[in-house]
Amino acid sequence: MTAILSVRDLEKTFGSIVAARDITLDVPAQQTVGIIGANGAGKTTFINMITGHLRPTKGTIRLEDRDITGWPSREITRLGISRSFQVAQIFPSLTVFENMCAAAAAAGSNGAFARVLTPLKSPATIREADASIELFRIAAYRHALASTLPQGIRKLLDIAMAVVGSPRVLLLDEPTSGISVEEKFVVMDVVMSALKSRKLTVLFVEHDMEIVARFADRVLAFYDGTVIADGAPAAALADRRVQTLISGTKPEREGHPHA
Amino acid sequence: MWSRANLFGALAFIAVAAAAPALPAWLVSLATIAFANALVVLGLVILWRAGLVPFGQALFYATGAYAVALLSRYAGWRDVFLLVAVGAAAAGMVAFLVGFLLARYRDIFFAMLSLAMSMILYGVLVKTETLGSTDGFHVESGTFLGYEPHGRALNLALFWLVLGLSAVSAFLITLYFRTVAGALAMPVRDNEIRLEFLGISVTRLIHLKLVISGILAGLGGALAALAVAHVDPNMAYWTTSGGFVFVTILAGVGSVAAAFVGSLVFELLRSIAIDLLPGFWQLILGSALLLTILFLPEGLGSLFYRLRRAPEQGS
Repeated sequence: MTAILSVRDLEKTFGSIVAARDITLDVPAQQTVGIIGANGAGKTTFINMITGHLRPTKGTIRLEDRDITGWPSREITRLGISRSFQVAQIFPSLTVFENMCAAAAAAGSNGAFARVLTPLKSPATIREADASIELFRIAAYRHALASTLPQGIRKLLDIAMAVVGSPRVLLLDEPTSGISVEEKFVVMDVVMSALKSRKLTVLFVEHDMEIVARFADRVLAFYDGTVIADGAPAAALADRRVQTLISGTKPEREGHPHA
Repeated sequence: MWSRANLFGALAFIAVAAAAPALPAWLVSLATIAFANALVVLGLVILWRAGLVPFGQALFYATGAYAVALLSRYAGWRDVFLLVAVGAAAAGMVAFLVGFLLARYRDIFFAMLSLAMSMILYGVLVKTETLGSTDGFHVESGTFLGYEPHGRALNLALFWLVLGLSAVSAFLITLYFRTVAGALAMPVRDNEIRLEFLGISVTRLIHLKLVISGILAGLGGALAALAVAHVDPNMAYWTTSGGFVFVTILAGVGSVAAAFVGSLVFELLRSIAIDLLPGFWQLILGSALLLTILFLPEGLGSLFYRLRRAPEQGS
């Protein structure tokens, strides 16, 4: 199977601090990859480099045959790599429906001329907005202002907006952060079934090992800026270094600063 | 496209145009200036909705006015349609150029940088003899496709010109607010990161808004130059820009019609205030602004949609 996303020797430094180093991996199409690691391990830096938010110091990123290293984020988005955020990035003064319309119109219109000539609420955008609202099961909040939404719905809206332009690769930065323990699985079920139906390749950052074990086909474990384990969830989560350094399931973790 | 609001606007336009010959000359002149300024305010509304407050819109206003004055004085152009078109285009061009810099800034930095740009033009106008220096210069009365009115007829012809261009602009801007580029104003104010990650260049979106608002301000300035028959550097001064910001607060940014009503209310208020308290008219205007901010924070325009919403909720 050919890789949709290939990363070679990726490195990012901020002055003398190495945030990411020696990251080399291939992600085949439609795989769901869980990314784990303690705070500061380089997970978000990795996502930020792929989505063009940060420019890598070294290494290359390819989407299929195209080298996208250092491209601006909006061009990368146009090529089909989308993302959601740890803190939901929505339009607070618009309703859920208007948020989705804005996202659908923004993602669907190409070029300045098209944006001046097409209405925002065209039948096509309304259809797409409604379809996304159904897909992510937030129809009950359709006319609610985004600023008034509960945390879980905010996250769903954020992800729905990231998916609306029919991307091929989706990066989710901590999709369940800020959501209560009871809600986490419900939200992830909605998200993952929606993403599966769109045949997306997904990379998601997650701290909850149960969620990773349940939803990921593959796990990447980050530690100190690099990948220390990469494989099927069962194998990766059972890795000794992963257990001591990240998931903290071994007794010797006690007193460890990263626990 | 033919919503109730548009139909109402068209009816109001016809009624005002038909009533003009019956109105006193002072009121027609006042409304001419008010609607010319309302075009500038409409440009402010476009930027304001995206969270940008320009404190130097007088740059484009004065550009439009001086383009008309200079072409009429040095090139002998008289046709008002041609003059106004060139005035608007000149201001649009200036907006396009300064936009490369301005579109990168937000909030107070945007406001101050736009102010600085307008003050550069003010400085140039004041110091340049051939541009009339501090006194400015007279603008010859124009011709309307060969028709050359005087006195009362000129007064009315200018009013109809301003009214017609206002109606066309208001209609086009209403359409613009429904397009992707126009409707993404609130999202720009709310969350630029999300827009960039939807594949939109926020800088380019704002640049476009600047050019449109520049064209409107240039149009307003060109019409004001013809209506007052005089241009001077005060048209580029920061108090002129401040006046447009004042009217935008008074009118609110919720509707296109409010810009015109707000501008008319402002001019009426000002002339009544000058009449009543010649020494202290600013006091009355200042109080009016304070009351607007306290009791109508969304401006006069919010009165329309409050009225429009009330019966819908009742039924």
